[in-house]
Amino acid sequence: MTPARILPALLLCLLPVCVHAETAEEKALAIAVEADNRDSGFVDYTNDTQMILRNKQGQESIRVIRSKTLEVDGDGDKSLTIFDEPNDVKGTALLSFTHKEGPDDQWLYLPALKRVKRIASDNKSGPFMGSEFAYEDITSQEVEKYTYKYLRDDSFDGMDVFVFERYPVDKKSGYTRQIIWMDKEHYKERKIEFYDRKDTLLKTLLFTDYNQYQDRFWRAHQMDMENHQTGKSTRLLQSNYKYGTGLRERDFDQNSLKRAR
Amino acid sequence: MKRLLIAAVALWPLVNSQAGDWRGYVEFEGTVFFEDPAYAEQSNSDLSIAAEPEYIREWNNGDDIFTFKPFYRVDQRDNHRTHGDLRELSWIHAADDWEILAGVGKVFWGVTEAVHLVDIVNQTDLVESFDGEEKLGQPMIDLSLIRDWGVVDLFILPWFRERTFPSEDGRPRFAIPIDKNDPIYESGAEQHHVDFAARWSNSIGAWDIGLSYFYGTSREPRFVIQPTAIDPVTGTVSETKPLYEIINQASIDLQAIYGSWLWKLEAFTRGGQGDRFASAAGGFEYTFVGVRESAIDVGIIAEYLYDGRDDEIGSTEIMPGTPFSTSPFQNDLVLGTRITLNDMQSTELLVVGIIDLEGNGQTFSMEASRRVGSNWIVALEGSAFSNVPENTSLASFKKDSNIRLKLTRYF
Repeated sequence: MTPARILPALLLCLLPVCVHAETAEEKALAIAVEADNRDSGFVDYTNDTQMILRNKQGQESIRVIRSKTLEVDGDGDKSLTIFDEPNDVKGTALLSFTHKEGPDDQWLYLPALKRVKRIASDNKSGPFMGSEFAYEDITSQEVEKYTYKYLRDDSFDGMDVFVFERYPVDKKSGYTRQIIWMDKEHYKERKIEFYDRKDTLLKTLLFTDYNQYQDRFWRAHQMDMENHQTGKSTRLLQSNYKYGTGLRERDFDQNSLKRAR
Repeated sequence: MKRLLIAAVALWPLVNSQAGDWRGYVEFEGTVFFEDPAYAEQSNSDLSIAAEPEYIREWNNGDDIFTFKPFYRVDQRDNHRTHGDLRELSWIHAADDWEILAGVGKVFWGVTEAVHLVDIVNQTDLVESFDGEEKLGQPMIDLSLIRDWGVVDLFILPWFRERTFPSEDGRPRFAIPIDKNDPIYESGAEQHHVDFAARWSNSIGAWDIGLSYFYGTSREPRFVIQPTAIDPVTGTVSETKPLYEIINQASIDLQAIYGSWLWKLEAFTRGGQGDRFASAAGGFEYTFVGVRESAIDVGIIAEYLYDGRDDEIGSTEIMPGTPFSTSPFQNDLVLGTRITLNDMQSTELLVVGIIDLEGNGQTFSMEASRRVGSNWIVALEGSAFSNVPENTSLASFKKDSNIRLKLTRYF
């Protein structure tokens, strides 16, 4: 390009309409930040979850858990999860501190031994309770845990959606990338495709039955994860959401973990 | 024990009249030994059934918890293993920066896999399992002070629980059966001696740290051989009696997590059982997460065990009336693997070998378990002893390699 041709281009960019062309990375990050903002300020909530695990032959196994979640200013959420079913793990409890940066902290309480065991943070790609959900799928999704790239606008199930990719920052993640279908109205995930370390499609997650709480927060009451490589699937049914329950930091320490019943 | 049962019966109407939650298990167990027994009273197999129901009631939004957990086992061969225990009968109250537990309870301290050196509050229920992992309920008041700089636990332990030991019919057991009915106490208060413990613990970043102190009756007894009668044929008849001394013990337990590495250390120094001595265990567990793109985790466990005491049991030098200890792990290496399938049935396998670095034999243990249906767990456990010399405390068990099948129904 000759100087004579650059000059008009520079002049053009002094106009407000052309301050800076937004890259696909910036556009997707802006969407993720907006989705996070819309989901911030819930302070705390409790909910119940039923998981229906289905193997290739269609045999089912049920998991029932109760969770408490606390929003932490400037860092990831804290959560305490108590297992109710199957009966042999009744009373087992999991305390998680998610962090925006660095590995999450997790402790598992085994009631028969009265023992608190630290869980190696590298196991994030491992299955949660034998289901098709990995630990990293169910812990709090912090913006900083991924980098992003916008793909396209599309429609999904009659809704206008953004379609973008995100790439886990943590090298120990089980995924190379995820493709997100997020509706433009409420900025909620409708579908996620998970690609394994070989970049082959591993799982698809569908979010349905969204309900609104506190006139603000949308929560999917049903999540269906299908593993395309094994033929197994897990349906996650969420219920009994309660917001503003007055939970404090104290409800998420090792003493409260040992008191979980 | 009797008092505790009376207390339990007295509390029954409370349990029965309020809405609460019952859970627990019934367990069926069969054991087969590979070799003929070392002692005539023992058998080649054993059947047993046990139950441990638990009643829990929470109120004040979970800030108050009442727990009642009795345990009972019936054993085909060993009348000492046919026993009951009040595992828990407690009230917990939680406030903003403190908690209290009053009643019969259980606490666990420690991090290592093969031994539990610093775990001292509860007595070992040795007839339940020879690895010492099962515990008797301990009457206690535990006050927890929760501060920014960690948690301080102060324990008052007003009643001492005696260790359970197998009878002559029990297998495995020590060569000279232990007379559990007539132990020797250093303190004139015997079981009424009030013991104390204090602990500070904290999690700082990747580290979990605990510092503990205990003053009171040693949960781990030494033993004394006492002549009890003169038999015209065999000469002196002796009995081995547990000797419960007053000890003071300071301990540390440390754990650090770095990626797939879990580093562990436990150590204590104890005074009151002859010369002051120290004991330590340390090592790591490394986990290969999702091997070969599967859901399977494979952990590698390596620990080193040190004990400052001599291993005197089985030694011909033990003089009647001289206290001795049973501590087989002076200088031992632990190698093991934990395989977790992370499947719907929660299939797990743990294999651990303890190798005496002074050539005094090896012990192996295996635990495999899997859920069947939604309420049963089937477990296979094995233990094996090899190359055990005569002059060690493990010598009594050298013919006791066995395999055990457990079927447990949870409700």
